[in-house]
Formats: sequence, structure tokens, C-alpha cells
Amino acid sequence: MHELSITQDVVRTVVEHTEGRTVTGVRLRIGVLAGIVPDAVRFCFDLATQGTTLEGAWLEVTDEPGRGRCRTCGNEFDMPDLLPRCPCGSTDAEVVAGRSLVVTSVEVV
Amino acid sequence: MCDTCGCGATDVRVVDPGSGAVTHTHDGVTHTHQSGEAHSHDGGLTVHTHEATPVDVAQPDETHEHPRTGSTTVELELDVLGKNDALAAETRAWLAARDLVAVNLMSSPGSGKTTLLERTIREATDRPVVVVEGDQETLLDAERIRAAGARAVQVNTGAGCHLDAEMFSAALDSLAPEPGSLVMVENVGNLVCPALFDLGERARVVVISVTEGDDKPLKYPHMFSAADLVVLNKIDLLPYVDFDVHALMRHARALRPGVRVLPVSARTGEGLGAWYGWLAGLHS
Repeated sequence: MHELSITQDVVRTVVEHTEGRTVTGVRLRIGVLAGIVPDAVRFCFDLATQGTTLEGAWLEVTDEPGRGRCRTCGNEFDMPDLLPRCPCGSTDAEVVAGRSLVVTSVEVV
Repeated sequence: MCDTCGCGATDVRVVDPGSGAVTHTHDGVTHTHQSGEAHSHDGGLTVHTHEATPVDVAQPDETHEHPRTGSTTVELELDVLGKNDALAAETRAWLAARDLVAVNLMSSPGSGKTTLLERTIREATDRPVVVVEGDQETLLDAERIRAAGARAVQVNTGAGCHLDAEMFSAALDSLAPEPGSLVMVENVGNLVCPALFDLGERARVVVISVTEGDDKPLKYPHMFSAADLVVLNKIDLLPYVDFDVHALMRHARALRPGVRVLPVSARTGEGLGAWYGWLAGLHS
């Protein structure tokens, strides 16, 4: 279950950057092409925060849309999934956005 | 949550391909509606639609603000997988400095990865082969590899469903491969999770067998979009199964344009010359 280990990484990352302060909320940005299921992260969050400075914190997840750059025409286009379909007809593209997993901000007291 | 692998079945959708109707559960409500159709879970107080994306990513959070009374917002913008990726980059440099080439083999369980490795160890003799075996439990695969004549370590991930950069680094410490070796990694049999974790390998190989179905790439796009090579195994069984090799190639290349697909049989040896040639090419 990669969401559990990823959620534990989220907690570790936040703990490392909040200097022991109590964290009451965490905001994440998850790319729609990242292969990470936000509901599964939510499911794991309470478990992963137990006994840490994040215990009881809320979690807010926003999405990062997928974007591809066409290797044929050079234009960028929306990629709702991993199958590239450039409006020019090409299916040869690289993903330029939508794979991220970022802790954007936290609330501390 | 899925009882088999623990993955997030809270977001599972059941889609009727005939009508396009979607049945799924969220916010504690199970319901069925047409894809894209506006609907409500709270008697009409709020109405929303689901686009035809794999997950309802931000839907529960777009409608409300969390209280901030008495707290301070700290902007972080921290890449969570950055730690894994940084360790993988260290491993990649460590391997390169010792003329070691690591290949990450990924597939569903039962595609023939271990058989392919056993044969590779016996027949690709131009340089030493060492193996890192990943499985949730047992030492069975590492024992098979040792019996084939290569040194191996087994990483048992327990509940985990993939290898990560830390596990691979620890396995390399334990193996201490001699310079010039080929380090083969047999990842946990799983077409989902291993795709997300860079180990520091030179190349990623996805093994698929003809008993699995030629539409696998479309069903598991993350795995195939990460593939540097696709090995199509068990081609000796092609006469007995409904498997379209060209459809598999088309689907794999839709996700990874131009990816090479090598049809082989690890049992009969057919096509393995091309596999050994591809491996040898990684060192040049």
C-alpha cells in the first residue's frame, strides 16, 4: 500500500520542518498523474499522525492538473490521464505537470 | 480498503460500460449516476459532478475552509518524495562510480521474472550478476537465485507493496557487488506501487506474460509509462491463449512512445539473445 508509506513520508517531512511545534492542519497538493489516491492518503493520515506533533490535525488535499508537452508540435496540452493525445494528433509527449506530491503549507500553534 | 493489498479502495468506481453509469462511494454515500451528471448527497444543499478522471481529487475540500483561529500558516512547498529521489540519485552515482548497472524488473506476480533471472544468470556470463529480491514474505526467490549460481539478498517488505530507495541502498550495502557487476532487482510483484519509487536503477523493465492479456498497459498506465523496456514472456504459450502481440505493442507505446518490446520465452529460451544484447548494451 504505497499511500501508507507516502503518508508516513508526509508526516516525517512536516515534523522535520516544524521544529517540534504542534501542527493543527496540513495542506497537500497531489498531481492527478502521480498515481496517489487522495482518499487513501486521507484514510492513512490519522493512523500516520498518531503519537506525533500532527496528531489530530486536519488534512486538505488539492489537485494539480496534468499537463503534457508535445514532442511533435511543441505545444502544451491538458492530460487528464497518462495517455498523451495532443490536439495536433500526436501521441508522443512528455508529462510536464501533474506528478507532484507537495506539502504546500501547514498550520502550527 | 482493499483486503488484498491495502490500496485505497475507498475511491473505487464501478462503471457499467454499456450505460456509462458510475457506482461509487464517497462521503459515506454509495450511489449510481451517469458520468458527468450533476447530483447531490445532502438533499440538494450542494450539487456536484464527477469528471471522467481517475479520482475525485479535490472535491471534498473545495467546498469549505478549515479554521485557522489561533494558528499560524507556515508555507513549505516541500516535495514529499524528494527524500526517496535524493537517495536514489546518491545510489545512482554510487553505482556509476563502480561500473555497476542496476536494472529494476517490475511485473505482476507470476509473469516469470524469477525464471527469466535464473536463465539470465546461467547464460549471460560476460559479467557477474547479483540479485536483489523483493517480496512481502519468504526467502524462496533468493534461494532459487542462489541455486542458479548468483549471490542474492531478499528484501521482505512485510505489508509493503514495493521497494524504495532506502531498501535498495540497504540491499546494496549487504550485497557489496564487485565492480562491473550487473545488479538485477526483482521488485515486489505488483503493477501499481513500484512504478512510483525511483531506486537509483539504470533502467526499468516491465515484464508481462501472454497469459495476462494484451490490454494490461491501458489498465496499469503508471507502470508502462515508466518502462524503458517491455519484456513479453511466455511466448511459447501463444498458440494456446488469446493474446495479440501487436495490440500489446500498440498499447505499451501509447503510454511510452517508442518503447522496445522483446518477445521471449524464459522457459524455451526463444528471443533471449535480444534480451542479453539489450543488457550488455547498458554497460556501453
